Amino acid sequence: MPTFNSEEVARLAALARIDLTPDELTQFAGELEVIAHAVEKVSELATADVPATSHPIPLTNVYREDVVSDVVDRDAVLAAAPASQDGKFLVPQILGEEA
Amino acid sequence: MTSPSRTAVALVDFDEAVRRYDPVLGIEVHVELGTNTKMFDGAPVTFGAEPNTQVTPVSLGLPGALPAVNRKAVESAIKIGLALNCEIAPLCRFARKNYFYPDVPKNFQTSQYDEPIAFDGWLDVELSDGEVVRVEIERAHMEEDAGKNTHVGGHDGRLQGAEYSLVDYNRAGIPLVEIVTRPIPGTGERAPEVAAAYVRTLRDIFRALDVSEARMERGNVRADVNLSLRASADSPLGTRTETKNVNSFRSVERAVRYEVSRQAAVLDAGGLVVQETRHFHESDASTSPGRVKSDAEDYRYFPEPDLVPIAPSREWVEEIRATLPELPAARRRRLDGEWGFAEAEMRDVVNAGALDLIEATVLAGSSPATARKWWMGELARVANAAEVAFEDLAITPAQVAQLQALVDSGRLNDKLARQALEGVLAGEGDPESVAAARGLEIVSDDGPLLEAIDAALAAQPDIAEKIRGGNLGPIGAVIGAVMKATRGQADAGRVRELVLERVQG
Repeated sequence: MPTFNSEEVARLAALARIDLTPDELTQFAGELEVIAHAVEKVSELATADVPATSHPIPLTNVYREDVVSDVVDRDAVLAAAPASQDGKFLVPQILGEEA
Repeated sequence: MTSPSRTAVALVDFDEAVRRYDPVLGIEVHVELGTNTKMFDGAPVTFGAEPNTQVTPVSLGLPGALPAVNRKAVESAIKIGLALNCEIAPLCRFARKNYFYPDVPKNFQTSQYDEPIAFDGWLDVELSDGEVVRVEIERAHMEEDAGKNTHVGGHDGRLQGAEYSLVDYNRAGIPLVEIVTRPIPGTGERAPEVAAAYVRTLRDIFRALDVSEARMERGNVRADVNLSLRASADSPLGTRTETKNVNSFRSVERAVRYEVSRQAAVLDAGGLVVQETRHFHESDASTSPGRVKSDAEDYRYFPEPDLVPIAPSREWVEEIRATLPELPAARRRRLDGEWGFAEAEMRDVVNAGALDLIEATVLAGSSPATARKWWMGELARVANAAEVAFEDLAITPAQVAQLQALVDSGRLNDKLARQALEGVLAGEGDPESVAAARGLEIVSDDGPLLEAIDAALAAQPDIAEKIRGGNLGPIGAVIGAVMKATRGQADAGRVRELVLERVQG
């Protein structure tokens, strides 16, 4: 039976770039526990004859043809970004990254 | 950028290292497909466009934007899988590879994880001396390229440490196929050569399949080179390093050499090779450790809920298989048979990159032997002297064939043909018009030849005497003089006949 402690929640939060307070870590550990139990309940019903699925609708091979569509207006999207320069999005440097 | 840790690296001489350790390679190659549009949206993919002008809400990862799979990209991936002797999955899925980096606007890359479209293949790689190494292919899967970061400031002090990056998403979403080998053992001292030859063989296949322009200098084909050392072929695999984004054949070779030398030094000193990604530096052919990402391996892959599975029908796969073009290795074998070159000659042609040009010259009417003679002789000399590739010479295979036709019809001799070639390369036009403009034509009219012969014999009276006495040696001197007088435009064979008639008759 899965259990969540606050260290695991802290790791998940870090991976997802979400800042959580110690109180929130404890709170979410409890809530994730409830979700895990719910999934476990469903797993009981998923017997060997039920195939795993990644999509609720049983469809395959939905394609688009290789045809050029409209592009977005650059000025409009750059205007929506926090910062831009020379037609590019400006983002903070990543720590330790080589130029 | 040189850091102290790089200058202090101990290296073992390569030959010494491969005497004592057994290198094992593993190579991942990414190829950008030459589709009109991206993998999951209709943004165009023209190379060199203005930044962020080839983007849609999907390329930018805007909320609510939904991807749709490019059928042509799937077809290209199947082509590549079949050309690499892979199985094509009857059903496979896309997956999200989650990580945060500015060149990935969605905060995940859409890739394939445990269900690649192609798997369990192999590729025979021929080395420069004809030895063939079979490389086992673990998988080939579909994914999308990332955008491009330009890092600005800091190092040069312009912005006093206020470092930042500029991001262009034109490349984000371009379809990629990633091809992953199984560990390649047993290459020994030839590991660097095998690695480079493998990437080159793939490049040639991509071009033959017409799935990508496969231009290394544009980053259409990029290699990650894994290398480990072990004590002997019976030992378990050692710890490997992965040198990322090595983007030329020469760099692939040098990166392998460097890692063999470096890892041997680590092991000699009783140390352990650290499993890590490394960067390759063109300037001194070294590698250095990449950024340490504590969460690097925790990509939390899960099936992409916005896309349904890909299930290529067996009919479609067989249809694609039936239309696969002749692959480079088969074509080489066929041409070798048709042309009848010696094994070493054929290898030289392939290694020089002259196969296509010779084939085109033969198709334009030359015999294989003469086509080879031009490209591997005079034209190779010119290209080497100018340090350019054959393709950059200002001459077409059709022009070479025309030049040879002038020789075959007796209108030019070898020397005149070389002069005509010079004119063609200088941009003076076709061989035919260069010959006309420069007045290059064998003098076949006996009149001027006899005149020149008489002048030569008169200048050295003893020569006629010697020839009459049965000593044919001096005849060369007469032919030489006639050649000089006619500026090389005489047919040497005819001159010889005329000299003999003159002296004996």
